[in-house]
Amino acid sequence: MTLAEQLDAGTGTTRPPRRRARRKSTALSLTDRIVLLLMVGIPAVVHVALVWVPTIGSIVLSFSEWDGIGGLSDIKWIGTKNYVDVFTAYPRFWPAVAHNLIWLVFLIVIPTAFGLLMAVLLDRKMRFSSIYQSILYLPVVLSLALVGFIWQLMYEPDKGLVNNLIGQVGHINWLGDSSINLYAVLVAAAWRHTGYVMLLFLAGLKALDPALKEAASLDGANSWQTFWRVTFPVLKPINIIVLVVTVIEALRAYDIVFIINRGRNGLELLSILITDNIIGESSRIGYGSAIAVVLLVISLGFIITYLVQVFRKEERS
Amino acid sequence: MTADTLASRLVTAPAPSLTRQGNRLNATRVALHTFLVLTCLVWLAPLLWAVFASFRTYQDTATNGYFSWPRELTFTNFVTAWTQADLPHYFLNTLVITLPAVAITLFFSSMVAFVVSRFSFRFNLTLLMVFTAGNLLPQQVIAVPLYRIYLLTPLPSWLSDSGYLLDSQFGLVLIHVAFQTGFCTFVLTNYMKTIPKELTEAARVDGAGVLRQYWQVILPLCRPALAALATLEFTWIYNDFLWAIVLIQTGDKMPITSALNNLSGQYFTDNNLVAAGSLLAALPTLVVFFALQRQFVSGLTLGSAKG
Repeated sequence: MTLAEQLDAGTGTTRPPRRRARRKSTALSLTDRIVLLLMVGIPAVVHVALVWVPTIGSIVLSFSEWDGIGGLSDIKWIGTKNYVDVFTAYPRFWPAVAHNLIWLVFLIVIPTAFGLLMAVLLDRKMRFSSIYQSILYLPVVLSLALVGFIWQLMYEPDKGLVNNLIGQVGHINWLGDSSINLYAVLVAAAWRHTGYVMLLFLAGLKALDPALKEAASLDGANSWQTFWRVTFPVLKPINIIVLVVTVIEALRAYDIVFIINRGRNGLELLSILITDNIIGESSRIGYGSAIAVVLLVISLGFIITYLVQVFRKEERS
Repeated sequence: MTADTLASRLVTAPAPSLTRQGNRLNATRVALHTFLVLTCLVWLAPLLWAVFASFRTYQDTATNGYFSWPRELTFTNFVTAWTQADLPHYFLNTLVITLPAVAITLFFSSMVAFVVSRFSFRFNLTLLMVFTAGNLLPQQVIAVPLYRIYLLTPLPSWLSDSGYLLDSQFGLVLIHVAFQTGFCTFVLTNYMKTIPKELTEAARVDGAGVLRQYWQVILPLCRPALAALATLEFTWIYNDFLWAIVLIQTGDKMPITSALNNLSGQYFTDNNLVAAGSLLAALPTLVVFFALQRQFVSGLTLGSAKG
């Protein structure tokens, strides 16, 4: 990364004399300046207009009451009433929050641990390693909607593979019983997510300096100690990326639940409640927006963590 | 179990060592491979179960159940799913949305990445952070106002027969571009930073303008990264479900992934047909898996591994 260091150094404060010389030699013509502006400007406008303007729109609309039928002039401003209603009077809200949290914890614990284990086991020269890797990450290319369909076939009470294998034909309604269906769906989501996590960890392990491990084993560390004391701490950047990817995945969860039962009966999620309030029979825009802001606040915490991690590295390198 | 015999066959292939340590190593290796083979079998089970169901006839599974030895195997389910539900139509919809979306996303993000990585403007870091953060937002956060914006934005009728951004495939392309540009810009910026600055400087000295430096010097060098991102973005946009559900109202205009939801109620009346339809819809991504595995994996890890 010495090159990138040099490039980035240009933005830093060191080496003033050379910098001034370079600034002069890279003076841009007017045409070039306009071209550069367009090259950045058009994508930036599209991105900001369709991602950040609606984000702010969600925040603003969350303080309003609007059925969306009349024009913008019909919007009534009602302060924080939507939030109060959502927190106190919307029976599906707290279950949805709880399910999102369970989703989060489950995805962080199970697929991450299993993906890491698989990455460690497969990160060595051995036969068929690439075949094992391929099989484990095969579900990653499938859409979550399809994962929903595929696992519905697995979970059918009478005809599904799961009940037939454990000899409970017709007894366990995996997706219909609201006390277990969330976990049944989470197994399906984990099936897809593990491969992704494994790939990220494998990439991190490959980039690891082998000399580190050698030094540790020369010092008499066994492989367990080497992993927890040497490898894992060095993987910190990857750990954070895995964490953020997993959190975002958990907050975005939608498709699989929509396919199975549209997010009812034990499968309520914040994302489902939001779309229910805009494309459902009742169009309560302020309400949906208030829930969206709750989701936004939760996700921003993790997004900022990620940005700090990634761009601090950028500054350093 | 077949898994055990398979595992032992796999691992006894290397000549067993005679020393005690060799034996212990061999035992660990047998255990390791047994564990891996079993895990892989479990991992493949859901897909294999769908494949199994899709090849069986309705009569067979209706009388014998799904957990039985098949009397006969058939392609009929695939043919029925393909023709009755008019799958080609939905594949075409997907194509019309996915190809422009991937192309424009890569075009946009490579331009931004070029500027950010080649020139030291003060806004560079802010811009990158805005893009990256935007890409990480859960889509549902912006769904409500976006739906309203789409409903209020008129489009010429040659772009959208609804007359608005809402319910138009053009609108879907736009939101995919807006969302995915963030991730691609981030990855491409890191990639372009590894290209020596001397290259563009030499081109500039030779009188090449900014556009030529971008198009003729930098872009050709980014081909591996662009290929990886194209593969990844194709898969992601192909797999998108939410945007079409929210922003498309006419079932006929839906891309295949979102259309499956309607089709499964209307046409896929039994599990064999659901399985066949699902597998057909998965086909393009499975092609990516088998043919473009290297690009897909490097695309996934490009963003995370150190640049």
